[in-house]
Amino acid sequence: MLLTDFIIFVLSLWVGFEVISKVPATLHTPLMSAANSIHGIVLAGGIVIAATAHNVVGYILAFVAVAFAAMNVVGGYVVTGRMLKMFKRRAVPASQAPAIDPSSNGSSSKAGASA
Amino acid sequence: MTGTFNTVIQLIYLAAASCFVLGLHLMNNPATARRGNQVSVAGMVAAIVATIVLVIHLGMITATGWAVIVAGILIGGGLGLYTARTVKMTAMPQLVSVFNAVGGGAAALVAIRDYSDLGSHVAAATSITTLLDVIIGSVTFSGSIIAAGKLQGLITSAPVTFPGARIVNLALAAVAVGVGSYSIASPGLIDLGVVIAVSLIFGVSMVMPIGGADMPVVISLLNAFTGTAVAMAGFVINNTGLIIAGALVGASGGILTKLMADAMNRSIGNIMLGGFGSGDAAAAIAGPAGAGVQSIAADDAAIQLAYASKVIIVPGYGLAAAQAQHEVAALADLLESRGVDVSYAIHPVAGRMPGHMNVLLAEANVPYPLLKEMDEINPEFARTDVALVIGANDVTNPAARRPGTAISGMPILDVDAAKSIIVIKRSMGHGYAGIDNELYTNPKTSMFFADAKKGLAELAASVKTLVG
Repeated sequence: MLLTDFIIFVLSLWVGFEVISKVPATLHTPLMSAANSIHGIVLAGGIVIAATAHNVVGYILAFVAVAFAAMNVVGGYVVTGRMLKMFKRRAVPASQAPAIDPSSNGSSSKAGASA
Repeated sequence: MTGTFNTVIQLIYLAAASCFVLGLHLMNNPATARRGNQVSVAGMVAAIVATIVLVIHLGMITATGWAVIVAGILIGGGLGLYTARTVKMTAMPQLVSVFNAVGGGAAALVAIRDYSDLGSHVAAATSITTLLDVIIGSVTFSGSIIAAGKLQGLITSAPVTFPGARIVNLALAAVAVGVGSYSIASPGLIDLGVVIAVSLIFGVSMVMPIGGADMPVVISLLNAFTGTAVAMAGFVINNTGLIIAGALVGASGGILTKLMADAMNRSIGNIMLGGFGSGDAAAAIAGPAGAGVQSIAADDAAIQLAYASKVIIVPGYGLAAAQAQHEVAALADLLESRGVDVSYAIHPVAGRMPGHMNVLLAEANVPYPLLKEMDEINPEFARTDVALVIGANDVTNPAARRPGTAISGMPILDVDAAKSIIVIKRSMGHGYAGIDNELYTNPKTSMFFADAKKGLAELAASVKTLVG
């Protein structure tokens, strides 16, 4: 059983290296945040120790673990979603930009490759 | 029946793990990245629901246990939701660090709970993973809190060090491993307490000597640590889902850490041992005048920009610190409306994390195709009329091309190839490498001394009034 777990662990490391080394720098911060949310799966661990707790210390440890992990997983995914929502191909007029005529947008949709 | 049940649970974990891998894969491209996050969320929900079903099936849980789970999820989840929704995008790196801290803490607690139940009947292999979980989780917890504190400015971002600090760190690590190894032979609560305490102190003493500018690398490394700790927690409670997800994150954090360190031409070891100081501290020292430096007024800079046909904006840490992403986007829109070709040159370590600048500019509605990575934009500087450098320093310094300087060999943006260069900066202060930027004394360069936010607003106003 332990050997199987160890094999899974090592193979997962390799999958992680392969999948992640292909991500462009643009997305590194959202990626870090996304990876950060994925380790929030430790919430499952918190639930398991809450289920097997049988004394006050056990319950307290389980409570803190569940609360910590829930904060990690919920906060992580929400903040990642917030970041990714902002990546747009063409912006709608920048409503928060002061003193800008909204119609001034969109005159140049080229990617900047021209001289 | 129980066999079938376990198989189903394991298959759900496998499906969840596949979702995590697929989710990360979809983050290859900004267009599919959101879907990637949603796939990842779906996997997470499946894994958590499967765990709850498993717990019900085992039938061991008490009413108090349920109360603990529900209260924990509501309180922790609520806090996470609230902070994630309200945080300013510029403060996002420290929030990620806080989420990382609690994740590491939770992983450590899983092992601590397991350890406090240990009898001598537990196999040594289990104890080793338990111990590793406690040590790595605790180090990550305290280290990430310190890192977040430094980024938030609650703790000085300057390196805090004292003679013999490295020896103390080595001693702490040795004590944690030594006492831990002893406790594998004969588990005891006092040993556990010592291991936890020493690991927590080690986390603090590991991060304190590192300057604020290096903090993103540290957070990335700690993210990898947490992943590893979670995988160890998976070994402890024999849960495949935790092992796979933890290992994935361990690998991703490792790769990111290496990418960031490479972009600064430094080794991870060099950073962890406390390299050359912090940009935050150094920037305040030098005054706003120097030999051979020309300064420029807002009106003149505005005219240059307005009559250029191609402008490249080079944003740096100063833009992030001044939270000037909306102002730069407004100026760029204004120039584009006059037919100027505007793009952004993003150095891999611009801002506080790799990709942080992209997030800030995305927040200001800058379309991502305008953001160019270093290798793509460098050949374009020669065809550029005005390069507008905003709070970027070391990543533009031509000194990196010569051997023998602190930044020699670091890949830089070829800003000096542009026909003219305008630098918006508060002072002639140094970047985090602590050396003079030769770009600033280049005859083609004009310095516009201003805070990035105010300076950009002035430029936009001048463009409007002068050439409106």
